[in-house]
This record gives sequence, structure tokens and C-alpha cells, in this order.
Amino acid sequence: MTDCRDMMLIAALAGTVVLLFVLSLAWGESAIAFGPACADLLAGRHSAGAVILGQLRLPRAILAVTVGGALGLSGAALQGYLRNPLADPGVLGVSGGAALGAVLVFYTGLMGLSVAMLPLGGLAGALLAVLLLMGLVGQGGALVLLLAGAALSSFAAALTALALNLMPSPYASFEIMHWVMGSLTDRTFTHVWISLPGTILGCLLMLTTARALDALALGDEVAESLGFRLRGPVGVQARVVLGAALSVGSCVAVAGAIGFVGLVIPHLLRPLTGHQPSRLLLPSFLGGAVLLLVADAAVRVLSTGTEIQIGVLTALAGAPVFFFRVLQMRRATS
Amino acid sequence: MTGLAAHDVALSLGGRAVLHPSSVRVAPGELVGLIGPNGAGKSTLLRVLGGMQAPDEGEIVLDGRSLATAGRTWRARTLSFLPQDEVPPPPMRVADLVALGRLPHRGHPDRARDSAAVTRALAETDLLALRDRPGSQLSGGERARMRLARALAVEAAYLLADEPVAALDPAHALAVMASFRRLAAGGTGLVVVLHDLMLAARFCDRLVLMRAGRVVAQGQPADVLTDAAMRAVYGVEVRRVEDAVIPWALAGPQD
Repeated sequence: MTDCRDMMLIAALAGTVVLLFVLSLAWGESAIAFGPACADLLAGRHSAGAVILGQLRLPRAILAVTVGGALGLSGAALQGYLRNPLADPGVLGVSGGAALGAVLVFYTGLMGLSVAMLPLGGLAGALLAVLLLMGLVGQGGALVLLLAGAALSSFAAALTALALNLMPSPYASFEIMHWVMGSLTDRTFTHVWISLPGTILGCLLMLTTARALDALALGDEVAESLGFRLRGPVGVQARVVLGAALSVGSCVAVAGAIGFVGLVIPHLLRPLTGHQPSRLLLPSFLGGAVLLLVADAAVRVLSTGTEIQIGVLTALAGAPVFFFRVLQMRRATS
Repeated sequence: MTGLAAHDVALSLGGRAVLHPSSVRVAPGELVGLIGPNGAGKSTLLRVLGGMQAPDEGEIVLDGRSLATAGRTWRARTLSFLPQDEVPPPPMRVADLVALGRLPHRGHPDRARDSAAVTRALAETDLLALRDRPGSQLSGGERARMRLARALAVEAAYLLADEPVAALDPAHALAVMASFRRLAAGGTGLVVVLHDLMLAARFCDRLVLMRAGRVVAQGQPADVLTDAAMRAVYGVEVRRVEDAVIPWALAGPQD
């Protein structure tokens, strides 16, 4: 029965992702005839419609799915591992590292070399942050991980602020502020290729921990007694942290910091999956993809003149969910 | 050679010796009680015995294989370990939490067997009526029974349990000890940390008495629980009374 309900949830979410993906391709700022554009694209004809579809809308829609999915899955895996429903991919400090890497690219003027420099800088920052995090945590447990992540993310935020502070041109500061808020606008296949390997590898690593996350529900010792290795280079902690850090780092590198997806999506889906961490992973990936596809569509609808950044929108939509949960919890306890 | 044995295991944590060289053994079908005052090293010895903590010296041999080199999954299937209460349970269903005990068998999935094992464990711990309740809504005693049911659901050849009856009312404590006896009769080897000496004396085949990280006595309950040992180890004078009120057997039709 459980399996049947899970399959239905996954099918419903996957169906929604496909529907929104197609809508996101069909509909945008410039009106194109979707059918002929698709035909042109598939046939390799370089019509205006095919170019808009293949080089602008397709990478943007792919990124909405992979970035949203990776954020949702990372949130679910981290919340399961830390047994804390308020854990968010940001706690690792890797998003901060990616943001710092990108900001340094702005700051040093490397931006001018190639459009790929910005995401590559973000990716380098994220990878450096992962290495630092893993080195800091060593054989330590969840508490050490949280402290190391907090230290790393404050340090990265301080350095990012310093770079902003010392930025020679106000225009560059403005660009950075915008980038840090998160966006999928004008992303190309270069961005997709830069982020995809880390995202896929990270997601696969996290998915290998599904059963261990269940076992952890009753504590570390119960999980170890059930045959799961928690620490060490191939332990559950290393796989969750490395997986989340790789995928989130790769996403932040190309899309900026998009908050609340990793926090809200697992939170909303948890009651539908019997609060079981393993059953939450795949739905959270799909739910994150749905949220980001919707948010990206909303960005396009709401934008008149200045475009609203997608990260601002997810935070605006995510925060009220938490206000609602606070009221619900207060009612339940009073 | 079958059985679970610790040979001269010793352990230091943070430079302090928490376990001096100790040897204990449990045979299949035997119920061994591990007793001693707080901080005597009972939980430490149990954790070492269960492979949760590698000893600095000595070795643990499980059915002829050294635990240091045995595979984790084999160990998890052969030996079930119930630690002391670590974390509050999540709102997962009680039956799903108990089913976690089947995870060591995930290499050879057999749904019918898994679900039968979970049902048996729920029945042994009187939790069948609560099987759909969220784990977060259980009382302290119900939670202790759920955690025990999780350990029982492994259906391993050996069960190591750290204070499984400490939070239970007299009726459930008796029922759990009786179910340990049934498991032993079926060939399971059990090591159980107990503070209730009455239960220990009555239900265990053998007792291991610890003090300050050392095994100071082991043998038949009557030989271990002497007045002198009570004085030396627990620092209490005992009085043996005939007419004390002691929960002895479950009342009602189940007798």
C-alpha cells in the first residue's frame, strides 16, 4: 500500500515536471510558433524559433529542473542525516563558497575573458569549500559538521562582503548583488554543461544513502548496529555531505543562491511520505524541480522592466509557508 | 564454535581506562544478565561485545569469526544490538520504525518474512494496537517497547540489549523478560543489562557483575548475588524478606 501511494506521488510530481517543462519551452517573452520551432530544432534548421527554443529556453528549463531538483534532494538528504527538519543546503557553507568564487571572478575582472568564467569561478569556490569542509569535519559527527558549516559560511559571507566593499565600480557591485540573488535568465548550454556533472554525481551519491537515512531515524548507534558505516571516506556522512555539496555547489555556480527550495520542499512533502527519509528523496527532487519551474514562469510573468530574481521569489513564496507552519504548530501545542 | 565471546577486551577513552581486561561469553540459548552500579562499564562492555566500539586490546569472536574482520552486514544479521535511548523517535509509523530491524536482510528481500518478523516483534512487545501510531506520540514506556521491537525484528542469533526494561511498568517488564526466556528457549543467545536485581535473579541463566570497569563475578545468580558482593559492589546492605510485594506473574487469563 505504501509503495502504491509512493508511486502515485512520484508519478504525479513527475507528470507535473514534464508539463511545466513543456510549458516553459512553449511560452516566453518572444512569441514563437512552438510546433514549427520544435520541428526546426529537431531537423537542425536554424530558424529564429529554433534558436530561441534550443539556445535560450531549453537550457533554462533544464537548469530549472536540475537546480530545483538538486536543492530539494539535498535538503531532504541533509534533513534526514541531521534528523533536523530545519537543515538546509546552505548550512554546509558550500553555497557561500560558490558565491565567493563567483564574486572573485567579478572582482578580478576575469569576467571579461569568457562567459564561462563566472560559473567556473563559482564551481571552483564550491569545490574549495567542500574540501575545506571535509578536512575540518574529519571523523567528527553531525555537530562538528554543523559547526564547521556555520564557520565556513560566515567566513565566505564576510569575504564576499569585503569584495563588495572594495569593488572599484558600483556597477560591478550591482551585478554581484543581482547574481547572488539567483537567476536562470540568459543561461545557455555552457552553464548546463558546467553544472551537470557535479549535480548528477552529487544526486547519485545522496541517493545511495536512502536506507541508511531510515536507519538513522532511531539514532547513530541503531544505524551502525544495522550494518551501516557512518564515518570514514565511504561512510554515510561523507556521501551525504559530498553529494549535497557537489550538487548544490554546481547549482549555485550557474544559478546563484536560490534559497528556501531545499528547506520548504522536503518539509511540505514529508507528511505525504510517512516521514520516512528514504521515501522523501525522489519526491523532493521532483518537488524542487516543480517549484523552480513555477518560480521561473512567475519571474517571466511578473517581470515588467526590472526582472525579479528567482531567488527572491522562492524566498518570498517560501517564508509564508513557514509562517503557516508556525501557526499550525502553535495550535497543535496550545 | 558457536557463541559470542569477549576475550580479555580492554578499552580506554580520552586516556581513562573504562574497561579493564574482561572476558565474557554467551552461548546460544543462554540469557546472561549484565549487572553493576552506574558507571561500572556495563554499557561499554555491551557496546564492545556488539561491535559498536572496537576494543584497544583483546578480541570479540562471534560464532568462530573475529568481529574485527567480519563483514558489517553479516554482523548486523547475526547480532542485534539495542542501545540505550538515543534520540526521540520521528513521526514515522510504529510499524515502519520496527521494520527498520529488517534492514540487515535487505540483500535478500523477502517481504512475507519481513512482515511476519515485524508482526511477531510487535506482538512480543504488546504494540500491535499501536502499529499505526506516529512514533513521536508514544509514551516513555511505549517508546522503550518500540525500540525493543525494532531489535527483536532483526531475528538475529544473538541479542544484546542495554536496559530494555528500565522504563517499563512491572507488567511489561515481566512480559519482556518472559519473551527473552522464550527467545533463549528457541536458541537465541542474549546479553541484557539490568538494574532490577529481582528480575535478573529470576530470569537469567547467568549473571555478570561489574564494578569500576572490571568483571568482578560471574556465574549462577545465587552465586553472584551474595550479601558480601552486594556490600562490596553496590555499597548496600541487603535484607532477604519473605512477604515483600513483588510483581511475580501477569494476572488474568494469560496465566
